Amino acid sequence: MSSLRIVGLIARKDLAIERRSKVAMHQVVPFAAITMVLFAFALDSSGGDSGSVIETVAVTDPPRVIRATDVLELVAPGLIWLAVLFSLLILVQRSFAVENDDGALDALRVAGVDPAAIFWGKAIALGLQLLALEIVLLAIALVLYRADLPPSGLGMLAITLITATGGLAFVGTLYGGLTAGFSGRESLLPLLVLPVVAPVLIGATRAVESAFGTDGVALSEGWPWIGLLTVFAVAFAVGGALAFGPLIDEST
Amino acid sequence: MTADQPVVELRDAVAVLGSFPALAGATLRVSTGEIVLLRGPNGAGKTSLLRLCAGLLPLARGEGRVFGFDLATDAAAVRPRVGMLGHRNGLYGDLSVVENVKFWGATVAATTTEIHEAMKRLGVDGRLRTVPVSRLSAGQKRRTALACLVARRAELWLLDEPHAGLDAQGRDELDAVLQQAVASGATVIIASHELERAGSLAHRVVDVVAGQINGPTGDRS
Repeated sequence: MSSLRIVGLIARKDLAIERRSKVAMHQVVPFAAITMVLFAFALDSSGGDSGSVIETVAVTDPPRVIRATDVLELVAPGLIWLAVLFSLLILVQRSFAVENDDGALDALRVAGVDPAAIFWGKAIALGLQLLALEIVLLAIALVLYRADLPPSGLGMLAITLITATGGLAFVGTLYGGLTAGFSGRESLLPLLVLPVVAPVLIGATRAVESAFGTDGVALSEGWPWIGLLTVFAVAFAVGGALAFGPLIDEST
Repeated sequence: MTADQPVVELRDAVAVLGSFPALAGATLRVSTGEIVLLRGPNGAGKTSLLRLCAGLLPLARGEGRVFGFDLATDAAAVRPRVGMLGHRNGLYGDLSVVENVKFWGATVAATTTEIHEAMKRLGVDGRLRTVPVSRLSAGQKRRTALACLVARRAELWLLDEPHAGLDAQGRDELDAVLQQAVASGATVIIASHELERAGSLAHRVVDVVAGQINGPTGDRS
């Protein structure tokens, strides 16, 4: 069977498992939404007075006044991606828990399934779930943080979501496979993944700031960050496919 | 692989789990169409022997060939021709019986007829067909796992305690499936503590003690 068909088979299987178990729908989405609400509680320093001045930036001419309502809008892109990163960890744990619960990952290896196809299939399924989650979080940010999305930023936002999601899904799948066989994998996975995806957090945040026009950032300033996200995603797509087989062989 | 070449040929095979030698110089030869029972106490190395033959456990020293492929350098080539049922079933609990069998069958491009035939042979068709695996009894899960193995058309069956969890009817069906597999050219190695049951099925019984094979190894050299 061709590797491409196996990729589709694995991705469809993971998505079917999610449709049945509804873990992402019933646990991960609410978790991410609660995280967004808690960010709002933590950063809304107005104490209910949304118009209160919390800082005056004197270096600008004229001096710029930052009000409590501005803070959330300013940091909204970063908060969205932080919530995505935390949710990624849960989705990756779940993705490999279904393989490990009854020894299916071992069975896949014995079946001679190309490890690169397993990697790609699982990453695609993970990426689609992440993409759906990100759309929900964006909607929450637009409502809760009063972030503004001009129509001119829609294209950049879409490209940012796709490239950043690709990078996160490939890294998550690679390290999920690496830690799958270890005891203590629940704490090991965040330790390994979070530092590695720091470039995605930075790049995606800056690109979404450009798409939103946050704090007057021009749309054109986002493209170099999208370039970074693309390079990151491609590097982990290729490197992950090559490394996945030896890694799961070592870890299980 | 030539006709008289053994399916499994181990010579002084050593495999380690961490720093523990799970196999300490095992020598074994299994020919096409044989059913070999591995007998031995817990921790003797039976499961490790099966995992080595499946290409899941690296060969640290000695020689090992399965279907003519060197386990030290070409273990991945062995895997597509091997079906292994270990202590765990390798099933997805959220998927139904038919979805599991279809999935594993699809890895070797099995036809719909082959998949349904496999389910029928193991008695997991009918009302069990659409039941999620997580809701099955231990015996029904075992049958489903065996149906997946049948659908995969493995040439070398490596079974670790295959009768565990099966009722009398399930055991009879398993024995019939193994005999049919052997009749169609497959080779079977079973690790079991149920000596009466598995022994009557096996063509040869091999003792595994402390990571080594005691008694006749089937090695003609």
